[in-house]
Amino acid sequence: MSPSAEWGPAALLAVYRKALLIQIVDERMRSLLSSGRLAAVYYSPRGQEVVAAGIAVHLKPTDYLVTTYRGVHDQLAKGMPLKLLCAEYYGKQTGACKGKGGPMHITHPAAGIMVTTGVVGGGIPIANGLALAAQLKGEDRVTLCCFGDGASNIGAFHESLNMASLWKLPVIFYCQNNGYGECTRYDKATAVAHVADRAAAYNMRGVTVDGNNPRELWTAAGEAVERARRGEGPTLLEAKTFRFMGHYFGDPGAYIPKEEYAAAQARDPMPACRAEVLRSGAASEADLQALEEKIKRELDEALAFAADSPAPDLSEIDRDIYASGVSA
Amino acid sequence: MSTVEAASKTITFTDAYRLALEEAMAADPTVILLGEDIADEEGGGVFKVTKGLSTKYGKQRVRTTPISEEAIVGAAIGAALAGMRPVAEIMLMNFVTVAMDQIVNHAAKLRFMSGGQTGVPITIRTRTGAGAGTAGQHSDMLEAWFAHVAGMKVVVPSTPADAVGLLASCIFDDDPCLFIEDSLTRALTGPAPPPGHRVPLGRANVTREGSDVSVIGYGRPIRDALQIAERLAGEGISVEVVDVRTVSPLDSDTILKSAAKTRRAVVVHEAPRSFGVGAEIAARIQEHLYDTLAAPVLRVASREVPVPFAKVLEQEYLYKPAAIEAAIRRTLDSKGRR
Repeated sequence: MSPSAEWGPAALLAVYRKALLIQIVDERMRSLLSSGRLAAVYYSPRGQEVVAAGIAVHLKPTDYLVTTYRGVHDQLAKGMPLKLLCAEYYGKQTGACKGKGGPMHITHPAAGIMVTTGVVGGGIPIANGLALAAQLKGEDRVTLCCFGDGASNIGAFHESLNMASLWKLPVIFYCQNNGYGECTRYDKATAVAHVADRAAAYNMRGVTVDGNNPRELWTAAGEAVERARRGEGPTLLEAKTFRFMGHYFGDPGAYIPKEEYAAAQARDPMPACRAEVLRSGAASEADLQALEEKIKRELDEALAFAADSPAPDLSEIDRDIYASGVSA
Repeated sequence: MSTVEAASKTITFTDAYRLALEEAMAADPTVILLGEDIADEEGGGVFKVTKGLSTKYGKQRVRTTPISEEAIVGAAIGAALAGMRPVAEIMLMNFVTVAMDQIVNHAAKLRFMSGGQTGVPITIRTRTGAGAGTAGQHSDMLEAWFAHVAGMKVVVPSTPADAVGLLASCIFDDDPCLFIEDSLTRALTGPAPPPGHRVPLGRANVTREGSDVSVIGYGRPIRDALQIAERLAGEGISVEVVDVRTVSPLDSDTILKSAAKTRRAVVVHEAPRSFGVGAEIAARIQEHLYDTLAAPVLRVASREVPVPFAKVLEQEYLYKPAAIEAAIRRTLDSKGRR
């Protein structure tokens, strides 16, 4: 995908293809968890599919991604292979991390997926380092750092944005503001109306967009990525979105007012994006159904691969602690 | 300079740290330094360890940072993931606490949690130690915390030559290393090592051979132990001194070999006694050598209080060289003597 491409039906379809993959994988994971066929910690990205897809289409495979435990949408959008992902969810030897990281620590450097952290805000300082290395080596490589609104209240966020701005690092700080940090509503935990307002404190460009609007998101994301690529420094990009499945899998979400939830449902980005694709003429209903079938087949294969794979060898417990084994 | 000439020279600990950094930067362009005030415009570091390096290697590679320990360590981790060998200077060990998430949850574990796909070859240089009147937030020895986390390497040199060799090994090691420098003894001198000197990590050093009792420790107390050993030799007491050098991974083999030979061990460190590295060393010795030991393994360490400011209180906190000697005599007087 050429990042300089104009917004149009082709760009919209590219976004929707990634979003659809995310939607299908997420639905299947929740179904497997509900039925007890999968036992894993899981943080559903339902509602944030377009948010992940709309920026990832601007990235190259060599660009870096740092994301968080609610990160499967970001990983899939960046090119995470389904087999490695599913086998890791099942805690198998064939998983991306040989079953030693699990869903909260998906890593796949071949697609630039460098860190998935289980600590809110913990990836932000590391994103700076990846970007610094690219800058020092003179590489054409940007770092996308994804986090939620909650992460903007942790010290690491502020230390890191200040440093990135000072050093003009090629990084995009991408806040997916889904309105809730764990179970606490955004405005009860954050003193500014928009997370992107905080960019001003670091002399950084801050942009807030409607994460449900593919065009607005795609345009702002492309600009942030291109600025980073051109050496013009970091952007704090905030996409307003919504988290339909609560904080953790099984979270009843009693803290979300019914009216708010209903309003968010009415603005669910996935049906809207699909309708827009169809309206644009980029794909027909039959095309999209074929795409869905293709994704489901690949997912079936990946899940079968995961199920059939062996558990990690017990010797794995002593491997990868140090580069050359444990000598303690 | 020939090896012979180099060996006849003496250097301070500060020289030693700088020498290791400079040799590493000259040898490998991926070695970069990050830390507060470390470039020459800011004075080359509060302790002058990096003096001259930014002038020689540029401000890109010798980077003065904001006072942001978490961002410093995080930047080092990220750069390491992308193929650099960053050395982060955290001015004092107590400030490392500000960066604990980065060190404990990320640097130490990313290799394991990624199934070996990524690694974090960073070195965190930091400095600490009581005795200079800097009180409770500038003096703590916290090495046990980090030794307790799988994936970290923890290194404490006791001579300038070892400081050069160990720091070089940390920088070129593929795992995260915490390199702990002693605040009080930075101007002490010792023989300079030859160029390119390396001391392998995870290897203890029998600094002085003896047959009656082993004193096992690291860092500042090693010098005390050597002086005591020299003095006690006059009384016919033969003290072996084992400098652990790498706290983690701990060289059990060398420690156990020494304790098996002398059948008596005194473990010594500056950090407070309880839950310290000495407890781990003592436990390993008794687990392996219970039937061999002629006396209980004794510990000499500092007290479990915040490091006080007033000189008399600070000295009351610190381990005492006299206590090392007393512990040696106790192991020899033990009823278990055979």
